[in-house]
Amino acid sequence: MTLAEILASLFPEGHTVAVKDGLVAGDGPFEGGRLRVIGVDGDTPLGIEGALDLAGHVLDAVRAGDKAPILVAVDSDSQRMSRRDELLGLNECLAHLAKALLLADRHGHPTVGLLYGHSAAGAFIATALATRVLAALPGANPSVMDLPSVARVTKLPLEKLQEMAKSTPVFAPGLDNMLAAGAVHAVLDPGKPLGPQIRDLIASLPERDGRDRLGRERGGRPVAEEIAKAVAGQVRAG
Amino acid sequence: MAAIVRDRLSWYEASARQRLDALLDPGSFTEALGPAERRMSPHLPLFDLPRAFDDGIVVGTGTLDGRTVYVAAQEGRFMGGAFGEVHGGKLVGLLRAALDRKPAAVLLLLDTGGVRLQEANAGETAIAETMRAITDARAAGVPVVGLIGGRAGCFGGGGLIAGTCSRLAVSEGGRISVSGPEVIETNKGAEEFDSKDRALVWRTMGGKHRRLIGAADAFCEDNVAAFRAAALTLIAQAPAFDLDTLEAEQARLRRRIAEFGDCRDAADIWARLGVNDPEAVPAMDTRAFDETVARVKEATHDAR
Repeated sequence: MTLAEILASLFPEGHTVAVKDGLVAGDGPFEGGRLRVIGVDGDTPLGIEGALDLAGHVLDAVRAGDKAPILVAVDSDSQRMSRRDELLGLNECLAHLAKALLLADRHGHPTVGLLYGHSAAGAFIATALATRVLAALPGANPSVMDLPSVARVTKLPLEKLQEMAKSTPVFAPGLDNMLAAGAVHAVLDPGKPLGPQIRDLIASLPERDGRDRLGRERGGRPVAEEIAKAVAGQVRAG
Repeated sequence: MAAIVRDRLSWYEASARQRLDALLDPGSFTEALGPAERRMSPHLPLFDLPRAFDDGIVVGTGTLDGRTVYVAAQEGRFMGGAFGEVHGGKLVGLLRAALDRKPAAVLLLLDTGGVRLQEANAGETAIAETMRAITDARAAGVPVVGLIGGRAGCFGGGGLIAGTCSRLAVSEGGRISVSGPEVIETNKGAEEFDSKDRALVWRTMGGKHRRLIGAADAFCEDNVAAFRAAALTLIAQAPAFDLDTLEAEQARLRRRIAEFGDCRDAADIWARLGVNDPEAVPAMDTRAFDETVARVKEATHDAR
């Protein structure tokens, strides 16, 4: 689905969501209140200005105090890779955006990610992965790094990696693998109206960060949950 | 004598275990899920890569000046300190325990290239879990202080974790960024970033630049005593995790881009920050550098 199709499905009565320089912001009527939307469209890389613009919208929402849900719609590139972005503190700006979303969550705004295209690396962590629940649409293509780049870094032949990717979800790009890792909670049905599907996600928000449990259940991250529990148990007992 | 040796230990040269041993009160460290338990990566054998008994991170509890702290130290010499499944799970478990046990602080000795590509999806998700757990701990009043000065620096998702901490201490070697020099060069060309230009790397991502622009809160000489002193100071000055703090951070970062967004090089920023002789910064010793920082108002704040 395109962003326009998503917005039309979510807001049949219309909305104010606009895209400027690949950054998404606005809201629309939802379940008797408003649904705020921020995000990144068009495979746009996320740099320092974009991260701060999006964080500003999130902090405005928290300041408003209406506890309206926030949808983070993402079709992004990775973080913007440049000397200038790093010089000016891209790590702080991306972390700031993630912190704004985590703060909104603490202030009672349900935060829902919606991955409808690409996303990768730092941009993925700062946006979709900073929400309480992350949904995706079929065709979404999240990754940490594409396989040719993985081949370059790991010095393994691309053909071997492609073969391994079929049986090993822990390293290979793609929606199925992020689903298996527990990073993505659910895949929505583009054939049905999205509003009720988002409403249902909000109605059943996980109470705690259960991504490691999902990763175990789905087999993409078999031991993370057990490791975290073992460490927490030993530390608490100590 | 032993105390002097511990204090002078080079942070950059030391292993994760040496750093913890020398940082904490002598004999106070208790490791969780230590190497004897052999919890190794289930994924690295697929790549014919050697494993480590601790998966490149040491976590546990100890005391610092008599107060209980939780600690995690990444081993930059194993897989570049990168986040894999077990590695990330250990850090997340420690932070979750901190939320309900409320130690005096959590100290993160970050030394990482970011996500371990052989376990990329697990590493990426663990970083997101870590950031959520850090903000949970901070909101519960537990300071989370990052200490950065290792060989691997603090790159990729590690840079985002650093940006989530209550406070950061860095040494000269403590490079912090999202895209590393090689990543920028590979994707955008050597004209954009020449990763072989070491001086450029230190100026753009190194500890002095991060301290001058207020991305880090303390600058340490490369030894354990300096990091211990910085940790004690910063624990006592942790900002709250709330709307006021994040609005102040929003304003601080916006102001930085407005004031320095047209600068090409770190030295241009330093000049505009009021540093008298920006070209001299890379060679300054710690005392001279601290005096310089004291005159830069952007360097010290509670907006993170």
